[in-house]
Amino acid sequence: MNAMAKVVEAAWTDVGAVTDVPLRGARRVPTPHGDIAVFRTGDGRVFALKDACPHKGGPLSQGIVHGHAVACPLHNWSIELATGEPLGADRGKGCAPVVPLEVRDGRIFLGRL
Amino acid sequence: MTEKLVVVGNGMAGCRAVEEILKRDPGRYAVTIFGAEPRVNYDRIMLSPVLAGEKTFDQIVINDSAWYDRNVAALHTGRTVRRIDLAAKLVEAEGGLKVPYDKLILATGSDPVRLPLPGADLAGVVTFRDLDDVNAMVAAADAGGRAVVIGGGLLGLEAAYGLVRRGMQATVVHLMDVLMERQLDDSASFLLRGALADRGVETVLGAQSEAILGEDGRVTGLKLKDGRVLPCDILVMAVGIRPATGVAQASGLTCNRGVVVDDQMRTSDPSVFAIGECAEHRGIAYGLVAPIWDMCRTLADVLTGDEAAAYAGSILQTRLKVSGVDVFSAGKFAGGPGCEDLVFRDAGRCVYKRVVVEDGKIAGAVLFGDVADGGWYFDLMRRGEDIAPMRETLVFGQAITEALRGVDPRSAVAAMPDQQEVCGCNGVCKGAITGAITSQSLSTLEAVRAVTKASASCGSCTPLVEQLLQLTLGDGFQAQTGPKPVCSCTGHGHDEVRRRILAESLKSIPAVMQALEWTTPDGCSSCRPALNYYLLCAWPGDYRDDKQSRFINERAHANIQKDGTFSVVPRMWGGVTSADELRAIADVVDKFKIPTVKVTGGQRIDLLGVRKDDLPAVWSDLNAAGMVSGAAYAKGLRTVKTCVGSDWCRFGTQDSTGLGIRLEKFMWGAWTPAKVKLGVSGCPRNCAEATCKDIGVVCVESGYEIVIGGAAGLHVRQCDPLTKVATEQEAIWTICAVTQLYRERGWYLERIYKWMTRVGLDGIRAEIEDPERRRALYDRFAYSQRFAQIDPWAERVAGRHAEEFNPLSRRMELT
Repeated sequence: MNAMAKVVEAAWTDVGAVTDVPLRGARRVPTPHGDIAVFRTGDGRVFALKDACPHKGGPLSQGIVHGHAVACPLHNWSIELATGEPLGADRGKGCAPVVPLEVRDGRIFLGRL
Repeated sequence: MTEKLVVVGNGMAGCRAVEEILKRDPGRYAVTIFGAEPRVNYDRIMLSPVLAGEKTFDQIVINDSAWYDRNVAALHTGRTVRRIDLAAKLVEAEGGLKVPYDKLILATGSDPVRLPLPGADLAGVVTFRDLDDVNAMVAAADAGGRAVVIGGGLLGLEAAYGLVRRGMQATVVHLMDVLMERQLDDSASFLLRGALADRGVETVLGAQSEAILGEDGRVTGLKLKDGRVLPCDILVMAVGIRPATGVAQASGLTCNRGVVVDDQMRTSDPSVFAIGECAEHRGIAYGLVAPIWDMCRTLADVLTGDEAAAYAGSILQTRLKVSGVDVFSAGKFAGGPGCEDLVFRDAGRCVYKRVVVEDGKIAGAVLFGDVADGGWYFDLMRRGEDIAPMRETLVFGQAITEALRGVDPRSAVAAMPDQQEVCGCNGVCKGAITGAITSQSLSTLEAVRAVTKASASCGSCTPLVEQLLQLTLGDGFQAQTGPKPVCSCTGHGHDEVRRRILAESLKSIPAVMQALEWTTPDGCSSCRPALNYYLLCAWPGDYRDDKQSRFINERAHANIQKDGTFSVVPRMWGGVTSADELRAIADVVDKFKIPTVKVTGGQRIDLLGVRKDDLPAVWSDLNAAGMVSGAAYAKGLRTVKTCVGSDWCRFGTQDSTGLGIRLEKFMWGAWTPAKVKLGVSGCPRNCAEATCKDIGVVCVESGYEIVIGGAAGLHVRQCDPLTKVATEQEAIWTICAVTQLYRERGWYLERIYKWMTRVGLDGIRAEIEDPERRRALYDRFAYSQRFAQIDPWAERVAGRHAEEFNPLSRRMELT
């Protein structure tokens, strides 16, 4: 391994196994800049967003995960997990920042928020 | 180069004008908006439902802050514009702010008229114009008492109705002998007075106000010219509006009643335009929303280069927003020389329709009680259609008229131009709706509402939106004649889903979704919690609860708050507590630094602001003192409110506290379609307020009166008597039986009062009063309770679902 590869490696943090996140559920990862929400959908895919709804900052990690979206627990906005954007009539009203995420050997690696 | 556009007025007209301009030419202008109210733009028409508690402010916001961020270069709210320097093309605002413009739009709206009566400056005298007025009225209504509203027009009546809904007694004082005389004739006004009286709004007609009376600077009543005094705690003036022309006048623009504009909405200065309620066009200053939208479209055309665009004035239609009172009016509703009237009356249904015909065309209409055809008449009138061929059937409405003439009723809808507005509340045109139906494969009303917001506010355009669905999809449209689907993931109604869960032994959410052909892979946040409940109720002991299909409160067994913290409410059986319990609660509050401790309306204590990570430890300490979850978050049994009954009270007839405790100990943990609150009062004085609970007991000397279907929230409803029993044991059997019937038959999120209204009280009573059926219901309830009465807090203290409360990882906490 050369030095360059090590630098790239350090930008990612191993936050746990994919199976640590419940199917159709989410877990939180606290950071100094607020929580990150890590989601696992019914088809086993994982996504990560800043844990704040673009509407009123509701904790998306506490919502109901359906399809590739999550319903915010505060006012039921539906947020698309891949883009962080609201779906339906609220589309275009801001978005929850997407957190870089990689899955390697069944483990979840998060980039910086 | 971008031109500078400044809009003075951040209301419906100003923002709509900006939207219309952006739609036509998004890059042309850099937009600056000035607003006097310190908030984003909201739907002023919907303030009445907000006052009545039928909508929240959030629901009537039209443009939220994200919209401003995207579309507006600068927004100055709460900053008043002083004058416009027309020569230098500069807007001068409060605090010395000067903003240059190339084009300027005045959309300053109007001010409510304040009658110059003696006492008009007393505290408690308000107008009805903006959110601050609504908040002032809501605050006054919270204290109860009486309200007097001066003005029997649209706004005055809606204000009075809203105040009654908020618990006040309201009287409307009107100068004329006809209510809403600018929209209604005598007959409709008469019917309207009756309908308002049924809803608790009294009306005094032909009454001239003389003075507002007060004491210590606060209003106490209204004195009329004939000497009568109407006492009141709040007085609302709703006597009309006056165009706000202050800025225009100070700047030297030509004004009459409003700011005078030509057909291009241009004022006396060629770079300054005026729209909305502040403008006066061909001698008319409009006070309704439809003309404003028309003006905004013309102005946007003009400002994006179409100098030929012209506004030719608007024909008006009006609807009253008082729930259950349907009134429609348009055009020359009162007739006149050369006019003929076609009238239809149905005394039994309180229906009155009057269509005014002039020169073979509809000139106006007023409808009361059945307004379904209002839009049709309005359309015929606007198009100047010759009505001679349908004269005989015209008053019976569109369906009959067109059926008899062999015309497909959809043809009128098909003929509508794409840019014609369908939903006035949200400004959605026909083309936007049909476009969304086609491009996004929408097939239900709900889906159209979600995507376009059409018919999502007041709902009066719902039939039209349904016709558009029908027209666009043809046979693919499933008319919503059958039961309402559970959600947009399925076409099946709640009853059908429940029936098939039992009939086909479906025992998991995926099994139900497969068998009933759900259209989404794993449902949505509406259907999953419903299915989870239906399965839990159908297969007690057998079905494994799906945690991910529960709303966060039922997953975390606490109530989520706006900042993401939770509130915790331990059970206090029958509202009785002890020094030990209180001491334990006090210790928990200190130990976890819980910021707020509040006594609830259900005779318990609420600990607010608990961090999610702390929940298991908080519960552990409460468990140790013998307390369990109060399920204050559950679609399930909440509280049993009691009075002290025969133990202490000199009027008590039975042991109401004891009965309440026994009920709560037997029924806690039960999941139900929606929350269930009980109350037990020891005598008809009803100190436990049992007659507005989901199920209540009123003890009397000879036994127990059981009442059902109360509500005291968004809707306030008194219970209906269900039955009367002689012994306490029978009371418990009956209450458990009716709860089980509701568990088995109610739709998810349907409170008992709504269920009861839907299925009929008689049918419920028949089940409960039949001893065998009551017994069977009771037994099923008791069986289900064997699996339900496990304290969720204790389970989680012992480690169940620990992942719910712990972060996935703390490795990024310090980076």
